[in-house]
Amino acid sequence: MRRSIFSLALNALTGHRLWRPTWRDAVPKPEYDVIIIGGGGHGLATAHYLANVFGIQRVAVLEKSWIGSGNAGRNTTIIRSNYLLPGNNAFYELSMKLWEGLEQELNYNAMVSQRGIVNLYHSDAQRDAYARRGNSMRLHGVDAELLDRDQVRAMVPFLDFDNARFPVKGGLLQRRAGTARHDAVVWGYAAAASRRGVDIVQNCEVTGFIRNGDAVVGVETTRGSIRAPKIAMAVAGNSSRVAALAGLRLPIESHVLQAFVSEAVKPLIPGVVTFGAGHFYVSQSDKGGLVFGGDIDGYNSYAQRGNLPVVEDVAEGGMALMPMIGRIRLLRSWGGIMDMSMDGSPIIDRSPLPGLYLNAGWCYGGFKAIPGSGFCFAHLIAKGEPHPTAAALRLDRFERGYLLDEKGQGAQPNLH
Amino acid sequence: MRLSCPFCGPRDSAEFTILGDAGVTRPDPDAPDAPAAFFEAVYLRDNPAGPHREYWYHGAGCRQWLVVGRDTVTHEIFDVTLARRP
Repeated sequence: MRRSIFSLALNALTGHRLWRPTWRDAVPKPEYDVIIIGGGGHGLATAHYLANVFGIQRVAVLEKSWIGSGNAGRNTTIIRSNYLLPGNNAFYELSMKLWEGLEQELNYNAMVSQRGIVNLYHSDAQRDAYARRGNSMRLHGVDAELLDRDQVRAMVPFLDFDNARFPVKGGLLQRRAGTARHDAVVWGYAAAASRRGVDIVQNCEVTGFIRNGDAVVGVETTRGSIRAPKIAMAVAGNSSRVAALAGLRLPIESHVLQAFVSEAVKPLIPGVVTFGAGHFYVSQSDKGGLVFGGDIDGYNSYAQRGNLPVVEDVAEGGMALMPMIGRIRLLRSWGGIMDMSMDGSPIIDRSPLPGLYLNAGWCYGGFKAIPGSGFCFAHLIAKGEPHPTAAALRLDRFERGYLLDEKGQGAQPNLH
Repeated sequence: MRLSCPFCGPRDSAEFTILGDAGVTRPDPDAPDAPAAFFEAVYLRDNPAGPHREYWYHGAGCRQWLVVGRDTVTHEIFDVTLARRP
């Protein structure tokens, strides 16, 4: 059923008995044109664009658990495109533009809310760095405004502007950034792909690859063998584990990132605010909870839970920035596994093995990239050549020396 | 997570800084395959889910470099020894 005000009214008047599942929980067939490993945001978005834009409908999405159970359900739902480097900038802006039309395209309410992001600066040097990033964004057609202290105060008056160590001196604002509802993004893409015949297969873990010489021609799964000439990995967090099944080593380490939500309070924080002197970022969900996070724990982990020193560090960052939150109680905290690449930027490319495609290395910026990643990955799979905006996100850039290192940290994944 | 430093005893993990995979060694720069070997040493990692040997630095304690055997799935720590040249 197509969703509209009329379908909502009809269902409201008939006791909501007419709703049907929005997508089909499929049984795997023995063969497809494309198999996508990973039923998270990126995998489902790839399936949607393959089926609805690039005309490939014999597609399966294989998910080891239930769709959206990994990082798609563990992020802090921020969308933005405030990147510095030319290789990243156009890609994230493509993603931002796709977010802006997403709900109409999918006929699904993803609660995309462009409430703006302000990155605070606390020193003259940081202001210069933000001015440079803002200029780079504007040169690529992305909106950016450098705010002084008074303009920031007008937006978010509750900050500790006169903090003795890190006074707030201004901020870089992207008004088109904001938040979206993470589960609805997963369900919306699943529904749009499923309508076009894509098989979404849950509880189907890939345990090995079927090889024909070098080429990858299928996967072994917990629900049997499935063959396809093109196999696409979108399993960020577990990329190294799945790639190891094909004998590949990747420039990636898996790390745990924790996130937090407070009890619900009345509307308090208008957009997304990030602390420039520590690592703390916060937004407020439509339910009222403050959603916030900070640094990754820093050690290799697949545990989906972190340790207390980082909890303390994030809380200290929050208190330094907005002391008013000191009495708000923490409701929940959780951890997700980040695909930390060696330069902090993602990979959308063919693998060295014919037939195997790679979508990985999203670090902790995967959520905002879901539409762009899905579109560019589908483009690569369908047309055999990278989308122009994702042409720099190559796997061999490390070997060739063309790194996309936004923070300039070098090959140390836990610093990106 | 608590690391048992061989010099300081069990200490909070916040006293330590991790460097990464302890299996990585600096290749011979004069070897004919040095570019490929350096690419692997600098960028490629096994990144296992399970036991992992890694370098940690006890910066807020004895300031020694340590090799820690740790499970990346459970965060269990098996052993902590002083880092040495092989």
